[in-house]
Amino acid sequence: MIPTAPVGQAKSKHQHHHGHDVGERLYIHRHTPIHALSPALKIASLLFFLFVVVATPITYWLSYIIFFALIISVILVAKLPLLTVFKRSLIEIPFILFAVLMPFFGTGESFLFLNFTIYEEGLLAAAAIVAKGTIGVLGAITLSATSTAKDILQGLERLKLPSLMVNIATFSLRYINVVSDEMDRMKVARQSRGFEARGVRDWKILGSAAAALFIRSYERGERVHLAMLSRGFSGNLPKLATEAISQRDLLMALSLPITALVLSLLDRLVI
Amino acid sequence: MSTPSLEIKELAFAYPDGNQALYGVNIKIDKGERVALLGPNGAGKTTLILHINGIHPTNHGQVFVAGRLVDGNDPEGLREVRSKVGIVFQDPDDQLFMPTVGEDVAFGPYNMGLRGADLDNAVTQALTLVGMLEFKDRPPHHLSFGQRRRVAVATVLAMKPEILILDEPSSNLDPASRRELAEILNSLDITLLMVTHDLPYAVELCPRSLILAGGVITADGKTSDLLKDEKLLKQNRLELPKGFNL
Repeated sequence: MIPTAPVGQAKSKHQHHHGHDVGERLYIHRHTPIHALSPALKIASLLFFLFVVVATPITYWLSYIIFFALIISVILVAKLPLLTVFKRSLIEIPFILFAVLMPFFGTGESFLFLNFTIYEEGLLAAAAIVAKGTIGVLGAITLSATSTAKDILQGLERLKLPSLMVNIATFSLRYINVVSDEMDRMKVARQSRGFEARGVRDWKILGSAAAALFIRSYERGERVHLAMLSRGFSGNLPKLATEAISQRDLLMALSLPITALVLSLLDRLVI
Repeated sequence: MSTPSLEIKELAFAYPDGNQALYGVNIKIDKGERVALLGPNGAGKTTLILHINGIHPTNHGQVFVAGRLVDGNDPEGLREVRSKVGIVFQDPDDQLFMPTVGEDVAFGPYNMGLRGADLDNAVTQALTLVGMLEFKDRPPHHLSFGQRRRVAVATVLAMKPEILILDEPSSNLDPASRRELAEILNSLDITLLMVTHDLPYAVELCPRSLILAGGVITADGKTSDLLKDEKLLKQNRLELPKGFNL
């Protein structure tokens, strides 16, 4: 634990910093209980919730209606703009496209719909993919819009993700901006000499630019390592600052997955 | 006479590819001295620095920091040496890698074993010295270049080093940042070794200068004397800016 930078203070300091860095682009600043919740709890709660979702067969329609209602109410409580959430969820489309084809291929029971043979099994599988995928994507969007990238890293660390993975992600977060700035400068320098990428023939130039960027980043990595050794680095990065988790927060975080679990069990056992 | 902060005896170094960078360097810097290490690009200045804290193992010659031999085969000793030698590298982006300024400044003292309130104090103190305390919780990426360089200085000051080494501290700074950094460096009560080819900066900050050229120390004396010697400067590919008078 490293109490140098109280996280709460950090937040209050740039309370209305809306973030333009690569690592912060997804964060949408609001003052809501969801934003304030400890990132570790958010991640754990979301994972638990998604586990309940994927463990529920698609044929329990009522459960799925409940799941959707739950995740959408979380989005509403977090005061996220619905249009933005919708736009971000479009990332799902390539996966859905694949699912849409499934009802047309398969074996087993089938029926005719507008002259197409639709296979029941495929239809169900497709519905399952779309429903589970959409809930997962909505959950991820909520997490990334209510926590900064740094918070998520801190949460993962707290959830005991191997520190090597957390460290790699921390470095990526720090240097993705440096590298993307470098990339932009290289682009400007290319354009200043009259280059505009037009087609396949220009790929060679873009390729060598990418190679130059890679080598620069690699060398930077070496310099960063030297600078770290110079300050006595011996293999362990200091832990990111964490706050104590209150019981109230714990209850709030658990409410999402527990509600989902209880209601879906009721759906399966009682109704 | 107290133990010198830094003593280098007959240090020679060749890169694995056979390229000889240093040919027997001798330097002695007493506690509290401010010394500029001048030399053209490629003179071996950075290579020399990396010997002082044992990043490059000494194959020939000896380096002593506060009387202690820098020995690459003694990891425990190396750790101690690295806490005594504070190197500020040229590109602050190489040095600042933690998510926030405060966490980065804490990195060195943390590695030295500081925790809790002691660690907090070290961070606050170092950031105050460079006038960057209010930026403690900001990510380094949001700072200007001059501010990042100042934070980089704080990251090593936090380790309370015996000697502060700066690699081209004035490079890429605008005039105001350059002056602010000079004021900060002047206000520090610390042994200073500044590697630069910015001769006016050397005059301003360091009473004594060394010239490193071709892998050896070719001159050692009062900065103002050395810089008045046009022939000496020319031999070592050093130049004062046009119109600059001592």
